[in-house]
Amino acid sequence: MNIHEYQSKQIFKEYGLPVPNFLTANTTEEVLASAKEISDTNWVVKAQVHAGGRGKAGGVKVTDNLREVEEFADKWINNKLVTYQTDDQGQPVSCILVEECTEIKEEFYLGAVIDRSTRSLAIMASPEGGMDIEKVAEDHPEKIFKVFLKSPSVGTEDHLPLAEGLGLSEEQTIEFKDIFSNLVKLFFEKDLSLVEINPLVLNVSGNLVCLDGKINIDSNALFRQDEILELRDISQEEEKELRASDWDLNYVSLEGNIGCLVNGAGLAMATMDIIKLAGGEPANFLDVGGAVDEKRVAEAFKIILEDENVKAILVNIFGGIVRCDVVAEGIISAVEGVGVDVPVVVRLKGNNSEIAKEMLAKTNLNIIAATELSEAAAKAAEIVK
Amino acid sequence: MSILVNKDTKVICQGFTGSQATLHCSQAIDYGTCIIGGVTPGKGGERHLDLPVFNSAKEAQQELEIDATIIFVPAKFCKDSVQEAIDAEIPLIICITEGIPTLDMMKLKQNADSAGCRIIGPNCPGVITPDQCKLGIMPGYIHKSGKIGIVSRSGTLTYEAVDQTTQAGLGQSSCVGIGGDPIPGSSFIDILQLFEEDSETEGIVMVGEIGGTAEEEAAEFIQSNVSKPVVAYIAGVSAPSGKRMGHAGAIIAGGKGTAEDKFLALEKAGVHTTRSPAKIGEEISKLV
Repeated sequence: MNIHEYQSKQIFKEYGLPVPNFLTANTTEEVLASAKEISDTNWVVKAQVHAGGRGKAGGVKVTDNLREVEEFADKWINNKLVTYQTDDQGQPVSCILVEECTEIKEEFYLGAVIDRSTRSLAIMASPEGGMDIEKVAEDHPEKIFKVFLKSPSVGTEDHLPLAEGLGLSEEQTIEFKDIFSNLVKLFFEKDLSLVEINPLVLNVSGNLVCLDGKINIDSNALFRQDEILELRDISQEEEKELRASDWDLNYVSLEGNIGCLVNGAGLAMATMDIIKLAGGEPANFLDVGGAVDEKRVAEAFKIILEDENVKAILVNIFGGIVRCDVVAEGIISAVEGVGVDVPVVVRLKGNNSEIAKEMLAKTNLNIIAATELSEAAAKAAEIVK
Repeated sequence: MSILVNKDTKVICQGFTGSQATLHCSQAIDYGTCIIGGVTPGKGGERHLDLPVFNSAKEAQQELEIDATIIFVPAKFCKDSVQEAIDAEIPLIICITEGIPTLDMMKLKQNADSAGCRIIGPNCPGVITPDQCKLGIMPGYIHKSGKIGIVSRSGTLTYEAVDQTTQAGLGQSSCVGIGGDPIPGSSFIDILQLFEEDSETEGIVMVGEIGGTAEEEAAEFIQSNVSKPVVAYIAGVSAPSGKRMGHAGAIIAGGKGTAEDKFLALEKAGVHTTRSPAKIGEEISKLV
């Protein structure tokens, strides 16, 4: 789960990480009032969306002119911000972060993420702050410094390799030590999967300040993170993916025109891949999960069909424990009930798959039965050709 | 021979009296699996599926000799169940449960390692040695005793590979689902090592997917440690970046963990790969 920058900064504050003074506002009037409260002379205003690349897209402004603050608020509130990380539609802006201006001397990167290969928490720092850290990792891997921790207990010297890498003075290193240990504490206590401070800056007074904040939370841990769960902003989530999740369907929309309905995440990806091999393009990833019942299959068809690009649907079910004839019955009623108006290629594998195939072939609906995966993909690709 | 489990493996089930556990344990017993009891807190002393129920893994271990446990406990309580199994020093812990927080797994993996226990999963279909022992949610009838070892991060996609090797007449020595989470209890490498050492396994099928670097690490391992032929398929060539594809661990993050990178690493290491999930059986047939 993702949260907004202002929410991340609020959490940073709770954990003793230094952030600039800030307020949030939802109307132009509130933005102006907040600006006056924060400073007399200069401000930073930032549109709050769940996406990076806001600066380049005009979603961040540094100014000493209140008129510009007002214009910024007018421009973005109730509008959509398109960045390189969003889709063409962009993300809706309903909140503006109004912040005091920080005079920057140096910019760093500080982040933490679960490192899968060492099964530990990797805390990373780089003197190349404010940049795309993935690009730094690629072009200058020697400029990224890492420390690995296996547990929340931080040793007194664990932060040193990073402080040295950033070239901090003795005094700044003492400050950094607190930031480091608080960041680790935050990561473990709030079940994060990623935290990034980009940039962490050294201001003109020589103090470290977290100028930006990005936090991702492990979705599997939300059952014990009630406070975090309250920060969820569903306006930032893809509407169809959200609705799918209400039905325990995993849906991700893609660019192609062959809709997919599959049981199991791995098989769903494999189905997309084989469609591509057959010369087609998948319109979505959709995993209906273990229990393939009629209601959820019907819901899945509805979600797939909302995508106007979809010209055919490929259903691929490996009936493990469930019998294929039962699944076939569900699919037939769902196709009929929903009124699916594009051809549906159905491949059912497993117990009673021959009976299922006959059942599918007998209907007068636009259902094409297939036995093998490659055959099913070829048939679907042929339809949309 | 086989790996991890066989007809003599004595198994308990944690979360025994729940509906999923009941369904899959009944099927396992019908398959011939040697299930000797189960655990459900508060139900100790009762009987379920005609087997004794205990309040904890520790209690079960005092009464029975246990080789393995299969866990169906809901994610919320699963950390405690796995820890209980570790404390009872059950050598093989198969965790089917999906949705365990990653930081819990980080801790459990460390604890299991220091106690000398092996965890398979979580978020996995389990382990099967055809005609001997079925510990998981996989359909038993698609398997056939034979010579191919299968290791996979996925569930139904594993069944696909199983079905193809059965159709090809090769059958399987054992099949292991290591699960789709970012921190699995056992890695590809752990299982590849076991298949390499198993005299019955003549070829190995490895099914990976996007996310992380487990396949790249496996490629390196295979190059210097595996003499048997390996066919690998990686799901998700057409998956977009930054989107979680069902499994918690299946996400391309920051341009890392793409299927293409994994295919290249495996090919560089001399592993036979197939870009088609429908050709896994055909490819391994050519090599054994």
